[in-house]
Amino acid sequence: MLALLVSLTVLTLAFTLTRLSGDLAISIAGPAATQEDVEMVRRAYGLDRPLLQQFFSWVGRAAVGDFGESFFFRARVSDLILERMPVTLTLGLVGLCIALVVSIPMGILAAVRENTWVDRLVQLVAMLGQAMPGFWLGLIMMIFFGLQLGWLPVSGTGSWEHYVMPGMVLAFSAIPALTRLTRSGMIQALGSDYIRTARAKGLSRFSILFKHALRNAALPVVSIASVQLGFMLGGSIVIESVFALHGVGFLAWESITKNDFPVVQAVVLVLACIYIALTLAADMLNALLDPRLRG
Amino acid sequence: MSLLEVRDLHVRFGQTAAVRGADIVVERGETHCIVGESGCGKSVTSLAVMGLLAKGAERRAARMAFDGIDLLPMNERALSRLRGDRIAMIFQEPMTSLNPAYTVGSQMAEVRTRHKGGTRRAALDRAEELLGRVGITAPGLRLGQFPHQLSGGLRQRVMIAMALMNDPELLIADEPTTALDVTIQAQILRLLAQLQAELGLGLMLITHDLGVVARVATRVSVMYAGQVVETATTAELFANPRHPYTRGLLDCLPVPGKLPPGSQLGTIPGMVPKLTEGFRGCGFRSRCAYAQPACEADIPLYGTTHLSRCVLSA
Amino acid sequence: MKKAGLYVGLAILVLVALAAILAPWIAPHDPYAQDLNNRLAVPFWMEGTNPANLLGTDQLGRDYLSRLLYGARVSLIIGVLTVIVSGVIGITLGVLGGFFGGRVDDVVLFLITTRLAIPVVLVALAVVGLFGSSAVLVVTVLGLLLWDRFAVVARSTTMQVRGLDYVSAAWAAGCSTPRILLSEILPNILSHLAVVATLEMALAILLEASLSFLGLGVPPPLPSWGLMIAEGRDFMFFSAWVIWIPGIALFVLVLGINLLGDGLRDLVGGRA
Ligand SMILES: Nc1ncnc2c1ncn2[C@@H]1O[C@H](COP(=O)(O)OP(=O)(O)OP(=O)(O)O)[C@@H](O)[C@H]1O
Ligand code: SF4
Ligand SMILES: [Mg+2]
Repeated sequence: MLALLVSLTVLTLAFTLTRLSGDLAISIAGPAATQEDVEMVRRAYGLDRPLLQQFFSWVGRAAVGDFGESFFFRARVSDLILERMPVTLTLGLVGLCIALVVSIPMGILAAVRENTWVDRLVQLVAMLGQAMPGFWLGLIMMIFFGLQLGWLPVSGTGSWEHYVMPGMVLAFSAIPALTRLTRSGMIQALGSDYIRTARAKGLSRFSILFKHALRNAALPVVSIASVQLGFMLGGSIVIESVFALHGVGFLAWESITKNDFPVVQAVVLVLACIYIALTLAADMLNALLDPRLRG
Repeated sequence: MSLLEVRDLHVRFGQTAAVRGADIVVERGETHCIVGESGCGKSVTSLAVMGLLAKGAERRAARMAFDGIDLLPMNERALSRLRGDRIAMIFQEPMTSLNPAYTVGSQMAEVRTRHKGGTRRAALDRAEELLGRVGITAPGLRLGQFPHQLSGGLRQRVMIAMALMNDPELLIADEPTTALDVTIQAQILRLLAQLQAELGLGLMLITHDLGVVARVATRVSVMYAGQVVETATTAELFANPRHPYTRGLLDCLPVPGKLPPGSQLGTIPGMVPKLTEGFRGCGFRSRCAYAQPACEADIPLYGTTHLSRCVLSA
Repeated sequence: MKKAGLYVGLAILVLVALAAILAPWIAPHDPYAQDLNNRLAVPFWMEGTNPANLLGTDQLGRDYLSRLLYGARVSLIIGVLTVIVSGVIGITLGVLGGFFGGRVDDVVLFLITTRLAIPVVLVALAVVGLFGSSAVLVVTVLGLLLWDRFAVVARSTTMQVRGLDYVSAAWAAGCSTPRILLSEILPNILSHLAVVATLEMALAILLEASLSFLGLGVPPPLPSWGLMIAEGRDFMFFSAWVIWIPGIALFVLVLGINLLGDGLRDLVGGRA
């Protein structure tokens, strides 16, 4: 219900956004266009109809996945997005996997060695990660891994190697939050009565840490991880343009620079819907993992 | 050889001396009750025996042995071989002592397979049998349930059954009933006493309930301000209390000598001193009618079978 | 030990702020003055450096150190202004929701949820793309987008404070609602909001740099650090220092603000 309401609001915002800037027809037709050209464009894109009518027809079509036609690419927006989506999703998932693989062990380590130098080091690393400008890190990695070491391709979409650097950069943005959450979750779990019980039962250290504590500490990590995936997809626009990775983010960036509003609107909407879907998925996953929520 | 022998145990948390001289000996097959008012160090003593003290606690003792095995030099790994197997413990907080993420059956089975090996199936069968034994109806069904689906009384029964999974020789029960309703309290304590008798356990039972002590205890240790101040057989202690604190406790009871179940510790006017680093001597002297200058020095436990930590018993 | 972060962060922020304020006096050159005969001069630690340009020059021969100092102004001003805009929006919403609860709170929660669903960078880029790049627009857009954490924290802390005795006492004494909000609630949640403010400021500075890097932030020739990295990008494989210098400046400033925020959080205890 809330999800639907939120989607509708985003829909309205996406529409309003593009109408705020004055006459679309003039921007589309381009600077060299005559008055007649502009009029023609206006009629062709239905921009001569009342605003409300435009809005409802756009919403009606957007609801069934029809976002109209791109001004620039001369192709259906939905096709453009569908075609680019796999790249962005792959990038997001690679980023999330890297982030989880790094931050969960770091968080556990920091919790187990709470208040030691190991803990402080982990927190420092998280702090450094949080301050790192992603686009800059991407460039530095290009220089280092791409040029100096020659290990990885510097840009493009061809093979799996193309996802390594962007994935790492994207992971960087999620690692601090995930590490902190794992750490605080583990600290809380390790101090709990049920861990004392587990120790009183003489269970192995491994079982105490990874079966009893991590299972409970993982609950918030799971929900934040899916939210982070949503943020990553939204943030992929910067990374994709740094690495010339032809995903949805790159598409959005191209469209923005070319005043291709139908595409921009659609990408905003699609990313917002994916985010909403991810939060819903997180709730369901949590219900699956936490017996208390199953009733 | 005693089942459990603790001599002169000290535990500090930073500047606080939580325990500063606890001597407890539990014999095979006997129930040894520990009584004392809140904060006197009963839980800390039992956790020290189990090696389960919170981080930052400093433990030191003249001797601490289980079945002749010295517990003091043991590391976590070695201790974990004893814990849950030959020594089991039940805690004060049944609501939070079970892991919310796993079923009752899984939590019970793992303690069996960990120490005794065997299949999970066999462990679950044993768990079901023990759940029945601690008076849980439909035990097969309970195995698949999660802790949040059980009431506090049921959870404590599960904890008891779990503690019995490997036929321990020593069971430490730290106020297993304080968090429960009064009627349930009586049931759980009756159950513990009955199991102790049937299985021949050594039971170290921490309680506030002097009525229970009178009925189930073989021996009693009274703690005050971090010290065991008196130890004797139950009959001897009730008939002939030596330490002024113990006397105060028994005097406060409604009908001296005839204790109904549920008789809580009495209240004696005055305050427990703050047990900071340099505190010496009898902790009771600010409330004691017989206090004298000698009470400010460290006082040993006087006596052979009936021990009392008071200058009057010297 | 824990306090060390706070002091280091504070020191960094103060240093950068000083550099920004004093830029006109301490900058060795005009940051906009081009010198096409002296392009991409190398910084002091490299061979063949020119002492007149301590950190070298960019592709148009502009003094890098001067641009860096002026760039601190762009980052800080945009950071501070964004926090003010987003703070006003977020705190108002959060306090209202937390104080009144019920319907009002439902609306506030709905707004927060909606805001979180909006991809910030994308929308900011789109808006700037539509209206043309300008510093004012960047502040407006980021301010309108980054209020969510303010709202969340203001809401939860207000809920706690609302239940306290002296607030009930103020009610009983017949104080007006705005008066209670301003003189009882706000001062009590301010410390938590200060933590959020630092974190949001760091985020705003990073986002401004990202937008400028993509050419949709502050317009050239303003010396934004993000813009400097973008302009250096074509030369980075040959002269890596052109992106190292502004990048490190950006990283250190953001790190400093985050350290400060983290230290503050430890001081006020939890939340945020
Ligand atoms: N983790 C800890 N850190 C610091 N002090 C502690 C800790 N655990 C216990 N103490 C202190 O040790 C003293 C003894 O506590 P303990 O829990 O043993 O009391 P108790 O006799 O079990 O009381 P109760 O009947 O309330 O359970 C208390 O004064 C308490 O403040
Ligand atoms: S030692 Fe002294 S103060 Fe303590 S109980 Fe005996 S007489 Fe009283
Ligand atoms: Mg206790």
